[in-house]
Amino acid sequence: MKLKSPADLEALTKSINDKRDPNKPYISICSGTGCHAYGCESITDALKEEVTKQGADVEVRTTGCHGFCERGPLVVVHPKGIFYQQVKIEDVPEIISETMLKGNVVEKLLYVNPGTEEKLIHESDVPFYAKQQRLIFGNNGHIDPTSIEDYIALGGYAALSKALSSMKPQQIIDEVTKSGLRGRGGGGFPTGRKWQSTRDAESEDGVRYVICNADEGDPGAYMDRSLVEGNPHSILEGMVIGAYAIGANQGYIYIRHEYPLAVVNVKKAIEQAEEYGLLGDNILGTGFSFSITIVKGGGAFVCGESTALMASLEGKPGDPRAKYIHTSEKGLWDKPTNLNNVETWANVPWIIDKGADWYSKIGTDGSKGTKVFSLVGKINNTGLVEVPMGIRLKEIIYDIGGGIPEGKKFKAVQTGGPSGGCIPESLLDLPVDFDELDKVGSMMGSGGMIVMDETNCMVDIAKYFIALLVGESCGKCVPCREGLKRILEILTAITEGRGKDGDIETLERLCSTLYDSALCALGGTAPNPVMTTLKYFRDEYDAHIKDKKCPAGVCKELITYSIDEEACTGCQRCVKECPTEAIASQGKKEPVSLDPAKCIKCGSCYDVCKFNAVVVR
Amino acid sequence: MDDKKIASILDKYDRDTGQLVPILQDIQDEENYLPKEALVQVGLGLGISLSQVYSVATFFKAFSMKPRGRHLINVCMGTACHVRGAERVLEKIERDIGIEAGDSTDDGRFSLETVNCVGACALGPIVIVDGDYAGQMRTDKVGKMLKKYE
Repeated sequence: MKLKSPADLEALTKSINDKRDPNKPYISICSGTGCHAYGCESITDALKEEVTKQGADVEVRTTGCHGFCERGPLVVVHPKGIFYQQVKIEDVPEIISETMLKGNVVEKLLYVNPGTEEKLIHESDVPFYAKQQRLIFGNNGHIDPTSIEDYIALGGYAALSKALSSMKPQQIIDEVTKSGLRGRGGGGFPTGRKWQSTRDAESEDGVRYVICNADEGDPGAYMDRSLVEGNPHSILEGMVIGAYAIGANQGYIYIRHEYPLAVVNVKKAIEQAEEYGLLGDNILGTGFSFSITIVKGGGAFVCGESTALMASLEGKPGDPRAKYIHTSEKGLWDKPTNLNNVETWANVPWIIDKGADWYSKIGTDGSKGTKVFSLVGKINNTGLVEVPMGIRLKEIIYDIGGGIPEGKKFKAVQTGGPSGGCIPESLLDLPVDFDELDKVGSMMGSGGMIVMDETNCMVDIAKYFIALLVGESCGKCVPCREGLKRILEILTAITEGRGKDGDIETLERLCSTLYDSALCALGGTAPNPVMTTLKYFRDEYDAHIKDKKCPAGVCKELITYSIDEEACTGCQRCVKECPTEAIASQGKKEPVSLDPAKCIKCGSCYDVCKFNAVVVR
Repeated sequence: MDDKKIASILDKYDRDTGQLVPILQDIQDEENYLPKEALVQVGLGLGISLSQVYSVATFFKAFSMKPRGRHLINVCMGTACHVRGAERVLEKIERDIGIEAGDSTDDGRFSLETVNCVGACALGPIVIVDGDYAGQMRTDKVGKMLKKYE
């Protein structure tokens, strides 16, 4: 069905909604990558089978990621919003017979509030969701990402229709500028200004490009993945609006090959949008044409950098270039090119639909709107959270995230991926926005938030990020190629007990050279993990260098394993696991013995012990 | 891989140089790695130099220039997995199958690789074998997991 005018779209939206009864119950099952790994597919099959078997008049809808990955597989019964978590196949018949047919709640599947032990029935009551403000992710739990009609039913493509039929390109750019939207990929550059300069740039043949950067490379960040998987049309809609405003007829989505489901879903969304006349030639009969090509990345972190990504799109290795000529003037194939991140594009329909004045009420003075974070690591409620800019770190970590597991003590939160820094407990009151994170030496980045507890070593974390960047450095500029290697050598020496006086000063000097002279943002921000850990966790560096100790018990060369004889029950599990026969049995029910000379500190005994009898010091 | 098959992959992408990475991915999906002859054919087919094809093929982590084993083990080394002990899991796998990350076993059973993040952080540490996710991995679960793949 090809929609030939904005009126056609309006009629279609109405006819879809007329056919749908808003009070008719449906079961939404999270089908994001996390829940997939938990086995949601077999639960979906079981739900469908059981619906038929018990004769319930219920739709089973597989949706994108709901965000609360910790508790998957997630099942929500709408329209009431009854929230079931950690659902197993054997629970399925009861969900249908009790909830769908009789209207009763299955108590054992409810979320129990850890503070009050109260069982919470509705999704909106669960603390993880209650403090969030879900715009971009709001529809993820309601639409089947492979159904364009689900998206249209909720007002999808209305912003596109409004933009194409009643707004001039300059008006759109003005609206985006006024909204205060800043790039969600990490840099935080004002989106409206970027669009304006791409539109204003000279192009002899009039060719301009827009690109969606879905090469989400920051380890620990997966909001873009979940957005592309769960609501691909919102990104396409944003891109078409942007292309119209900028004057581009060709767009690209550059997406990681590690995200197979996202590739499938966005491909399908493009086909559907073309079929409905919302993408391709003469969109909605307005005379504007725009098409999108998907290109899969090859697993290189640096390709998240805009010039490296464009080099890759030209069939070259992903080497960045110096940006004395902006990509908005000479980008892909030397044409004016506008690149935005997935989440940035997904914000656009909201701004056009609701207006810049509405949008700019959310957030802080310098950072407008919401931001999606992936809250991961040592945190009780792992998942994706969408919050207004300006929310305090501790609200995210404690109110939404539920604090640190196993009663351990919070040590740091790492934001901004390998370009970001580690923020200590004393700064948990920090309001989260672009500028505040910069001030403390970290950055927003794409929105990864990795929580660490007392058992994480901050020198090891700095080493981890530098090692990652050494592997990902493209090697084009000397400060990054050589400087990072030297930093890694020093950090390695420190973690292996070979640290010496003067190391910290050398690290600081190398870091400042990198800041000043690296070619692209990968190298230029690479010192952040080192500099912030030096600033906030200097005592840990000193312990490694001076006392030859790793206080967190991580760095192998500086720790020893031993057996707590009081705690050891003699169950012998560690004896079986030990690969070097360092642990020996002393008879049943007797504490085992550990020979430090044979121990390779592999941690197998620690992992397998149920009685906390393996001590790491 | 015969020339015809390569030609059909090139045609699928309209012989567009900008699609070099996806073209190489398709070849690798078929062959399990990137054979030298295939790279030569791609260069000729796209009208670009072999050195350009080679530089792209060796730049990206996803490509292997050596034949891979029957089963591909990918250990996620993302930050969330790292803070939960991914290193220990990787070392255990390396000990069990006797190779280091980046290599394949002599019997052709396994190839072992690491990946920076697969975006399923709630399940960390994660190991992916042939596309199947094994979450909340610990050293003592490795043996059982490997047994499933012959």
